[in-house]
Amino acid sequence: MTAVAGNAFRDSLIAGQASSAAAPHAWVARLRGEALDRANALAVPTTGDEDWRFTDLSPLYRLAFHPARAAPLAQELLAPFVAPEAGVRLVFVDGRFVPGLSELPDSGGLVALPLAAGIERHGERAQSHLAQLANFRTDALVALNTAYLQDGALIMAPAGQRVEAPVHLLFVSTQQDVAVHPRVLVIAEAGAELTLVEDFVTLHDGAYCVNAVTEVSVASQARVRHVKLQRDGTSAFHLATCAVRLDRDARYVSNNVTFGARISRQNLNVVQAGEGAECHLDGLALIGGRQLADTHSFIDHALPHGRSRQLHKCVAGGGAHVVFNGRVLVRAGAQQTDSGQQSRNLLLSDKAHVDTKPQLEIFADDVKCSHGATVGQLESEEVFYLRSRGLTDTAARNLLTYAFAADIVNRIPLPSLAARLRTTVLEQTGARELAQ
Amino acid sequence: MIEAGAKVLLEVKQLSATVGGVPILKGIDFTVRAGEVHAIMGPNGSGKSTFAKVLAGHPSYLVTGGEVSFDGRNLFELAPEERARAGLFLGFQYPVEVPGVANSQFLRLTYNTVQGGRGKDELDPLEFDDFVREKMKLLEMDPAFLDRSVNEGFSGGEKKRNEILQMALLEPKLAVLDETDSGLDIDALRVVAGGVNALRQPDNAVVLVTHYQRLLNYIVPDYVHVMEGGRIIKTGTRELAAELESRGYDWVAAEGREAA
Repeated sequence: MTAVAGNAFRDSLIAGQASSAAAPHAWVARLRGEALDRANALAVPTTGDEDWRFTDLSPLYRLAFHPARAAPLAQELLAPFVAPEAGVRLVFVDGRFVPGLSELPDSGGLVALPLAAGIERHGERAQSHLAQLANFRTDALVALNTAYLQDGALIMAPAGQRVEAPVHLLFVSTQQDVAVHPRVLVIAEAGAELTLVEDFVTLHDGAYCVNAVTEVSVASQARVRHVKLQRDGTSAFHLATCAVRLDRDARYVSNNVTFGARISRQNLNVVQAGEGAECHLDGLALIGGRQLADTHSFIDHALPHGRSRQLHKCVAGGGAHVVFNGRVLVRAGAQQTDSGQQSRNLLLSDKAHVDTKPQLEIFADDVKCSHGATVGQLESEEVFYLRSRGLTDTAARNLLTYAFAADIVNRIPLPSLAARLRTTVLEQTGARELAQ
Repeated sequence: MIEAGAKVLLEVKQLSATVGGVPILKGIDFTVRAGEVHAIMGPNGSGKSTFAKVLAGHPSYLVTGGEVSFDGRNLFELAPEERARAGLFLGFQYPVEVPGVANSQFLRLTYNTVQGGRGKDELDPLEFDDFVREKMKLLEMDPAFLDRSVNEGFSGGEKKRNEILQMALLEPKLAVLDETDSGLDIDALRVVAGGVNALRQPDNAVVLVTHYQRLLNYIVPDYVHVMEGGRIIKTGTRELAAELESRGYDWVAAEGREAA
């Protein structure tokens, strides 16, 4: 039964793709073909899979997709999403790169290109990294993305270069019943520094599907800050895998914010493949209504002296459901690993629901690892403190809920973006009047 | 400053309260008039912090008997926020951290909320900024504390200064300061005490809840009360505090038992 539904979904997705441009390189064609074979062989996820126990994609499998129509988009419609701090902006409308809305970098080191052009100009670098981190052989959704690999971005920060202005990738949905498979490859060469923003937004309320894959390779002593904002419409489906590899003394900081989608799933896999690598994963899911937001993270400490910090916060109102599965693996050789994980969850209604599961697997004996999970209502001591300063019970609760979420938003290194997201958080937590 | 005939701000009669079904306050009588400073002292577990929290309306405590009138109103008919707007202020022993909310935002919100409740003008962010910086000078506080999250990562002394800063902004008729001296080094104690003294007026009053006498060297009380077992068992003047410092609390309790 599920297999049939899955096949129909695949067929619908295939029918929903515009005819792919012929791959410019034989290796890309081979990769796509191999991935399509895997996509056909692998079953799409169901709640029968341990990793998808809480996240039922069957509403997605019932949708029929069609190719996106070419429709021009007025620049001013993007104004609410433009971050002035960003030096480079690549805009994708319904999955397709739109040069007229984008601002590419001046010559001077940083490479930020739509994927096809990136492969054309930097084939060797692309070939050595593309599909090396996100595994399409075992994951049906990654396989589908790879099979339709066409649009997306190639970002390369050259060795030793500090790229000051953030790179903003803006994915805009304008049409319903469209499935897009954006593919982003980020390569930070040794000692480079880069800030990347991936931002998914919508201009309509209809159903659509995003199946995104991002691969981030951080070479030795390089630093990448990665902001991921998922602001898709509440009828949309957002499925995403971000796979990160850190070499020696590399550092990766993630701010992952989920506000949108009817059902979303974010996989975030970080392999610390060099000694002394460090990652900070900050996450926020703030949802309500009938939304479901599922985050699965996996930090793989493969070598010694690694450090990881993770703070994942969820706020669920209405009948929303948040899922967090945070796996941390410390392999046998990864001595002196220092890992800390916190999952904090706030439920705003009796019908909201959270499933949180820290998963610590330690095979080394000289490590410092901690994890903790809290689920609950607001602390009565905090509410009382604010009431004792004159705030009503409702205002106190709204302010504390806002603060709980804003704590993560405030860590986003683009002030204009953080400010706009704070406004969203104010609206979602009923705290709007408090900020005026 | 004791002045016969000064207005009664707080009148507590036979107050009793429980937490989780356990009686903590067992019949407190206590009166504060405008202009006065009272110190409530007592050993740990005597109920003095509970008394402070009950006055402010902490939801964990259940009032089981007695009456409290504040500035002529029945205190128990007022929600905690209404008590604050009516001019009652509790300085917390452990001020709560609120990560994600800038201190300036919080201070302005509480100021405007309480001002609005009193029918006075609210301040916009620019006006408030000038106003609060002036008040911060009183407590020798670095304006950088405005930009940080409320109490987050503040040292013990910084948190207490932030409490007294709120007192300075809200201008309460009655300030109940719960263990404001705990966790303060001598310099911070001097500054915090100086702030409290500067806020004293003939029409307001202060209740200091403290375990130690040293705070009372800086804020001189008109009355010193000793609490034990949920009751006030002795009331005296500032000399009583010095006596408690040298002799401890046991003799007061023993005296109380003899009298009974």
